[in-house]
Amino acid sequence: MENNKIQVIVIGAGPSGCASAITLARAGKKVLLIERGDNAGDKNMFGGAIFTQQTKELYPNFIEEAPIERAIIQHQIIMLNDNDSIKFSYKTNSNEIPNSYSVIRSKWDNWCVEQAIKAGAYFAPKTLVKELIIENGKVIGIKTEQENYYSDIVIIADGVNSLLAKQAGLRNEIKDSDVTVNIKEVFKLPKEKIEDRFLLDSANGAGAKILGGPLKNMFSMGFLYTNKETISLGIGISLDDLKKLKMKPYDLFEKFKSHPSIASIIKDAKIIEYSSHMIPEGGYNSMPKLYKDGVMVVGDAAMLVNNVHFEGTNLAMLSGKLAAETAVVAINKQDFSSKNLSLYGKKLKESIVIKDLKTHKNSVDFVKKHINTITELYPDLACEFFRVLHNASNEPKNEVYRKFLFRILKSGVIFKSIPLGIFAMEKCIKR
Amino acid sequence: MNINEKLSTLKYNKDKESHLTVDNEICKQCNDRVCTHICPADVYEWSEETDSLIIRYENCLECGACKIACDKKNIKWRYPSCEHGVKFKNG
Repeated sequence: MENNKIQVIVIGAGPSGCASAITLARAGKKVLLIERGDNAGDKNMFGGAIFTQQTKELYPNFIEEAPIERAIIQHQIIMLNDNDSIKFSYKTNSNEIPNSYSVIRSKWDNWCVEQAIKAGAYFAPKTLVKELIIENGKVIGIKTEQENYYSDIVIIADGVNSLLAKQAGLRNEIKDSDVTVNIKEVFKLPKEKIEDRFLLDSANGAGAKILGGPLKNMFSMGFLYTNKETISLGIGISLDDLKKLKMKPYDLFEKFKSHPSIASIIKDAKIIEYSSHMIPEGGYNSMPKLYKDGVMVVGDAAMLVNNVHFEGTNLAMLSGKLAAETAVVAINKQDFSSKNLSLYGKKLKESIVIKDLKTHKNSVDFVKKHINTITELYPDLACEFFRVLHNASNEPKNEVYRKFLFRILKSGVIFKSIPLGIFAMEKCIKR
Repeated sequence: MNINEKLSTLKYNKDKESHLTVDNEICKQCNDRVCTHICPADVYEWSEETDSLIIRYENCLECGACKIACDKKNIKWRYPSCEHGVKFKNG
């Protein structure tokens, strides 16, 4: 690097930053990828899984070469009430390439960085960017704890807290309703036990979303992923609900874990790591400005998470790639103005990133409005239905049916489900 | 499992000074002090004895929730200096 000047600086070596760095390096551009951790992944936490489509576009051989844990071929939705549970479990047995894979971030992020380095990117770990250098409204470089670096373009990929997107004037303070606080524990279990508990064969894995029970009546959900020899189990709760809750988040998590249907999943398993992280779930309405002179923002830093389908890493990778493609065009033209970088906004709009965020721009608000129906009433009635169906007592069946029907009518579930049906229908029709 | 046992599963390198700072005069006026109950690492505790906020920054998981949650926007939040703070192995 001459005089600490390079064509592009990418801040943050997560899924979006690595995508930017490798795309630029492959296009023959000089790119410096900066990471505050000692190694990539040190500061990162997610559910979590990566998605095949967008990952393959960047790393064509990742299934054979990358440190993946398990192919997620089984997807479960578990509804809890106070004591019971009901589980929907979908398992694909087709020979198609699985849609997602569980990974451990310290291994995965490092592997992605290695690929970017092989492609020609420079990598600077243990480097904390203190602020952007802005001259006449244009971002021209960065100040680190050690020295200053200059570039034609800076790509901000520093995650959900993005202090830099804020400094660049791209976004305002984050609202507490726009993020969820997630805590996770990783449980060590013998490989065979994991496979037995989820009816899996080796190499294949399961993912689950868990609602209700201890998490009822708040915007909160449990999640679970199987890794090779560990299970990742956690909960997320929107920060505004957490503020109202007079309980510490880890105590809520303990309550969640003690539900009999959750406790049995992690029975005899040893906790090897506790962690927490925020997820930006504000969606379309919380998106910052995506670019200005000399700078673009990608991934979680740009709040690009599909909160309905639990997609984040794929949107991060895609946005990182599109920002890099825009940077390549800008370098070739030697025009780094906001007007020229607007191509990034255009590319995002034409991709699933903004299309899907737009589809779900009011979904979180809607779910929050109907949270009691979704997280308490449905699990209660579903559990009750199965209890009624299988309860062989001396009570005549028509008596049992009549009571259950009365319960359904009294609960108002039919009336309460109408808006949910209309809402879902709208999502199918609206363009 | 209590929070100290949870935190003991993590690898930390304690920074020389706190990356989390507050203006204690503002904290004194605060009714809710949400920081003391929303933090996943139990970093914040109000001391009636000293009338001040105890900040166990060395336990911080760097999630950023406190900065957003604080109603008085009184938490100056930055990342720990490099090579410091928490390190996740299984994130």
